[in-house]
Amino acid sequence: MGLQSGEKLAMFKWSYPRNRWSLVVLRLLAFLAAAAATLVMVLNKQTKTFVVATIGTTPLKLALNAKFHHTPAFVFFVIANGLVSIHNLVMIMADLLRSKFDYKGFRFPMVAILDMLNLALLSGGANAAVFMAELGKNGNSHARWDKICDKFEAYCDRGAGALVASFIALAFMLLISFISILKLVSPSSHISNNNN
Amino acid sequence: MAETKRIFTFLLRFIAFCTTLSASIVMASSRERTTVLALSFEAKYSDTPALMYFVIVNAIVSVYGFLILFLPSKSQLWRLVVALDAVFTMLLTSSISAAMAIAYVGKKGNPNAGWLPICDQVRKYCNQVQGALIVGFINVILYILFFLYSIHTTLNPLLLERS
Repeated sequence: MGLQSGEKLAMFKWSYPRNRWSLVVLRLLAFLAAAAATLVMVLNKQTKTFVVATIGTTPLKLALNAKFHHTPAFVFFVIANGLVSIHNLVMIMADLLRSKFDYKGFRFPMVAILDMLNLALLSGGANAAVFMAELGKNGNSHARWDKICDKFEAYCDRGAGALVASFIALAFMLLISFISILKLVSPSSHISNNNN
Repeated sequence: MAETKRIFTFLLRFIAFCTTLSASIVMASSRERTTVLALSFEAKYSDTPALMYFVIVNAIVSVYGFLILFLPSKSQLWRLVVALDAVFTMLLTSSISAAMAIAYVGKKGNPNAGWLPICDQVRKYCNQVQGALIVGFINVILYILFFLYSIHTTLNPLLLERS
């Protein structure tokens, strides 16, 4: 009478979206966000001419440019986002060609482990770039470092856009890792999905 | 065999608690006051939000590590430890990368932005920050290992245990 213990356990089981396409759609969104962040940061460049001195009546002009590879934090950001977008692309293709793979032995948890490693990588890259961007925007009076965003506004705006895209990719990667780990916990429903 | 595994895990988590605590304390106590050209110049960890974030994250992770030491090994809460280990590993990696980015600018400067390195003036502060960052790296590696180990023991993904 009442519920048996097996049914009680089944009630409390985590249910993840069992639709076959939900994970692929999430990976597609994460891939698009990370690729957008990479592209915007790589093509981020601004050149401006400054008047540095005046000799007599002719002003001396100096052309300074701001590129992403001047800062190692942004280089790391570009590399991390590039790797995450490649990972998502490979996983989308592995999902679409699921009938050709057999998930035996080590290949089964590799998806979840790779997802988590890429999550950690992306969080490191995005955070380093955010702190460097904050330094560029506000400067640091204690270390006598001037802010550069008032001179290079377009560079700063595009960098901010790339950072926002990277954080959106981070949120999607978090969801994807969560679903991948849940797939490890209950593998039976995964095997039943294999026949689609 | 299970006894040695448990003792080894406990020892490793105790070491991780000690290293996170020491990283936080070393970074927070780094302070130097120098006089450059009759101007007094004080360098503290709280000047940069990145180093403050590093201190705060390591303090949180050390409190978590301390509480984990008291978890009995057969409880069901080890499944929660998997999720918490994931979150804290991510926090640690983000804090160490942010602190490294700012410390790199402090040590080498950035000539394209006109930022001069400050390590020549405040050498003791720089060395202490460097020490804290090295310990922070050890923390990251330890917590990645803990994360993979807790997934291995609770979720059994490689299907190595006989059910």
